[in-house]
Amino acid sequence: MRLWSCLRSWLQAVLRRSRMESEMDAELHFHMEAYAEDLVRSGVPHQEAMRRAKLEFGGAERVKEECREARGVRFLETLFQDIRYGLRALRKSPGFTFVAVLTLAVGIGANSAIFSVINGVLLKPLPYPHPEELIDLHLTAPGVNFPDADPAPFLYFTYREQGRSFQSVGLYRWNTQSVTGLTEPEEVQCLNVTAEVLPILGVQPALGRSFSEKDAAPGSPQTAILTYGWWQARFGGDPSVIGRQIMANGISHQVIGVMPASFHFLDRDAAFLLPLQFDRSKEFLGGFDYPGIARLKPGVTIEQASADVARMIPIALHNFPPQPGLTVKEFEDVRLAPKSRYLSQLLIGDIGKTLWVLMGTIGIVLLIACANVANLMLVRAEGRQRELALRAALGASWFDIARALLMESIALALLGGALGLALASAAVRVLISMASSHLPRLNEISIDPAVILFTFGAALVTGVLFGMIPVIKYAGPRIAHELRGGGRASSHSRERHRARSVLVVAQVALALVLLVGSGLMIRTFQQLRRVDPGFDPRDVLTLRIAIPETQVRDATAVIRLEQGIVEKIRAIPGVASVGLATVIPTERAAHDLIYARDKSYAQGVPPLRLFKFVSPGLLATMGNRLIAGREFTWTDTYERRPVAMVSENLARELWQDPSRAPGKQIREDLKGPWREVIGVVNDVRDNGVQEKAPAAAYFPLLMNEFEGDTVAVRRSVSYIVRSKRAQSESLLADVRQAVWSMNPNLPLANVRTLQEIYDRSLARTSFTLVILAIAGAMALLIGLVGIYGVISYAVSQRRREIGTRMALGAQQSDVMRLVLSEGMLVILIGLGVGFGASLASTRILSSLLFGVTATDPLTFAGVIALVALVALAACWIPARRAVRVDPVIALRYE
Amino acid sequence: MQKPLDLLQGTLDMLILKAVSLGPLHGYGILLRIQQVSKERLEIQQGSLYPALYRLEHQGWITSEWGASENNRKAKYYHLTAAGKRRLQAETESWNRMADVIAGILSTRPEEV
Repeated sequence: MRLWSCLRSWLQAVLRRSRMESEMDAELHFHMEAYAEDLVRSGVPHQEAMRRAKLEFGGAERVKEECREARGVRFLETLFQDIRYGLRALRKSPGFTFVAVLTLAVGIGANSAIFSVINGVLLKPLPYPHPEELIDLHLTAPGVNFPDADPAPFLYFTYREQGRSFQSVGLYRWNTQSVTGLTEPEEVQCLNVTAEVLPILGVQPALGRSFSEKDAAPGSPQTAILTYGWWQARFGGDPSVIGRQIMANGISHQVIGVMPASFHFLDRDAAFLLPLQFDRSKEFLGGFDYPGIARLKPGVTIEQASADVARMIPIALHNFPPQPGLTVKEFEDVRLAPKSRYLSQLLIGDIGKTLWVLMGTIGIVLLIACANVANLMLVRAEGRQRELALRAALGASWFDIARALLMESIALALLGGALGLALASAAVRVLISMASSHLPRLNEISIDPAVILFTFGAALVTGVLFGMIPVIKYAGPRIAHELRGGGRASSHSRERHRARSVLVVAQVALALVLLVGSGLMIRTFQQLRRVDPGFDPRDVLTLRIAIPETQVRDATAVIRLEQGIVEKIRAIPGVASVGLATVIPTERAAHDLIYARDKSYAQGVPPLRLFKFVSPGLLATMGNRLIAGREFTWTDTYERRPVAMVSENLARELWQDPSRAPGKQIREDLKGPWREVIGVVNDVRDNGVQEKAPAAAYFPLLMNEFEGDTVAVRRSVSYIVRSKRAQSESLLADVRQAVWSMNPNLPLANVRTLQEIYDRSLARTSFTLVILAIAGAMALLIGLVGIYGVISYAVSQRRREIGTRMALGAQQSDVMRLVLSEGMLVILIGLGVGFGASLASTRILSSLLFGVTATDPLTFAGVIALVALVALAACWIPARRAVRVDPVIALRYE
Repeated sequence: MQKPLDLLQGTLDMLILKAVSLGPLHGYGILLRIQQVSKERLEIQQGSLYPALYRLEHQGWITSEWGASENNRKAKYYHLTAAGKRRLQAETESWNRMADVIAGILSTRPEEV
């Protein structure tokens, strides 16, 4: 009760300050007038009565001050006063204010920019209700050396029927569909989901209805839900689209709904959603192609869910028949195990560490900027020593003075923060465009309240940080003594310089740490560029074409059409060669088992290998090399000969020497025919330049008896076109023309150059590199200005001493040595400290490095030399100025 | 006429609470009431009244609202809250006890020791 009344009167006092002031005035005024009237009534003349009323009341201002204090608002009042005073002081020295605010704005702004990325990518919860209940149902298969596997339909049915920890379980899958019948044929991304997926996400269509169990039942009429963007683009946002039919992969789907504009799933855009129709009675062990998502029951942990899955896997293996050609025993040997994680982890991946490293880096830049501003504040405070001492002598407590100084710093920092926020909103846009290829959740990155709060919080901390240094130095309890010293004489003392020297040491050390970090990233980037990816990314265009069964039913006819398109494209002027492959580097690809005829597999199943299906001429087009044997011919393909190729590392693993591989026999399951290895291909870094080349098996596009299929044909393949015109739009137009001259209903999808794909696999490294390099350059520049400022200030303070020395016969070189040696001592200490700090801290970077250790001597030596050189230059200029001091002028200056 | 007494430290708050407990008053009215009741035997620095009033209001023992004075001018009237009433009671009791004790000590004669 009492607390509340205190709080209320305090809040009123703070929030309605002007009203309270005017009321107080009115109240005191009323008192004096009433008293004066009483005096007049008792016979005192009017003028005299007013005078006496005022006199007897006492000092009205003091009374008011005491009233304010009684309400507990005096502290705030003086705080505002201090800030106003601080701002006025800053206005009076615009040069200092400009430099300090700009330095802080750059430092704080850079931090806000990185923080807004961290906030959007890592901190914000996923845009679904209770995102902490959403998990990704991943599996691992150590038995076949396969760390990441997706669930399969047979597991989905088991989880649904026997699961104890899930509210609901669903599967989904991304694929592409060719849409015909609207305008030009179009190849679009499509998200296939079981009926549970949208309810699990807690998302409802904005228009129409969601998928029902019936839509997902086998044999039901095909339905589709459009996404908002595609609905706008293709149907102009027409609500009558509900009920219409669209043709996807030659099958008619009825549109039953439209998703809201805000719907995003795992950062991938889709044109529409289709229901997955699984037939429980026809499911078998296998088909690990469907990512799974589940919503946990409230209170269930991810560990409990994993235990639940681990319990169900053996049950599932005995409830469904194995895939033809395989046994239950083999599935047990795969040793399937749960690898569940939160959906947010699936989305964010491992970018978190990189982002925190960058945040730390930019934080260091802010520290260096802080040190600079603190230096400026020190110089300023030194100039104001007499003023401060005078205020102390006139009765200000050292606490009052300290607070006034601190408020000035905070006012400065808040100005810097406000400007920094403006810089950050520009920087964020640059960051997003730089990182668009590999940063998740881009659409969630923005300058939101959290970022604004962070910015001003950072500004406040910064202000206190650099504001405390002059406070400790100049507003201590000894302050009144300074009045005697007369200011200047004492400023020569070494003790005076110590604070600034310590700041320079810190700046040099921190700059060194940052530069070593960026140096290591540069070396990493160099090493990555030097790695042979196993293919030649220059001048190659890739695009994907799928031939649906509704267009061409017969398998041989598919190959004939594909070969026909290849011939047409090769006939385009400027095209050197064309090849087909089911998978191009960094694309998700099929994996399966490889058995060699001369090996025994009694003790278990062999590891999974990357499977590639390729056409004749592919190797030359990609820039792959044939290590031994020969590649496929069209005859091999049309005659469905049992032939295969293997990668060099697979050949080495199986038969030690690649040259011994041709003539060996392999197969992909225990029932299929043996296929003769006819060639060995060099290792290709298909999973990105930083990853080891996977062991791969190559097969023709058309085969008999493959993975249980009587005839296996590849309908969706990438066309790889090597041409000097790869970058040009005109080549793409020619290719499109060539394709449509063969079949006008085939859309071209995923048009990219191999160079883009290659660059993208280096993108995270180059992103980190650029940010670190910017941070390093900023640190170096700010540090340079800091060193220069301190040394030249020291020189200007010693003009008289230097003048005297020179008048007494000191040589220019003596003076030079004097100034330089003092500067270099500080810098050397800074380098020493920085060296130690770098050794300790670069270990954090090691997961981002490639081909270089965290303590790479070359980088360390180079960076130390660079910093030393720059620091020397920063000392050199003031030293030169010191030498030019004319003794006569310097002495007369006094 | 006797010279008016200076107010004892800390007693002004109690006097204000007492004055206000007799009916809502504005600041000047409180001053007059204290002087009237004390028969002009207490000297109160006029200005010192207001910080005390603000303090008491801040602590929730009195509240204020604007009203019209006797000669129809706007004045700020203070009245006692329930908490203020309890406070006044407590203060009165402790003051009386204190006065008894002090009076007892001061009236002690040598033979009573």
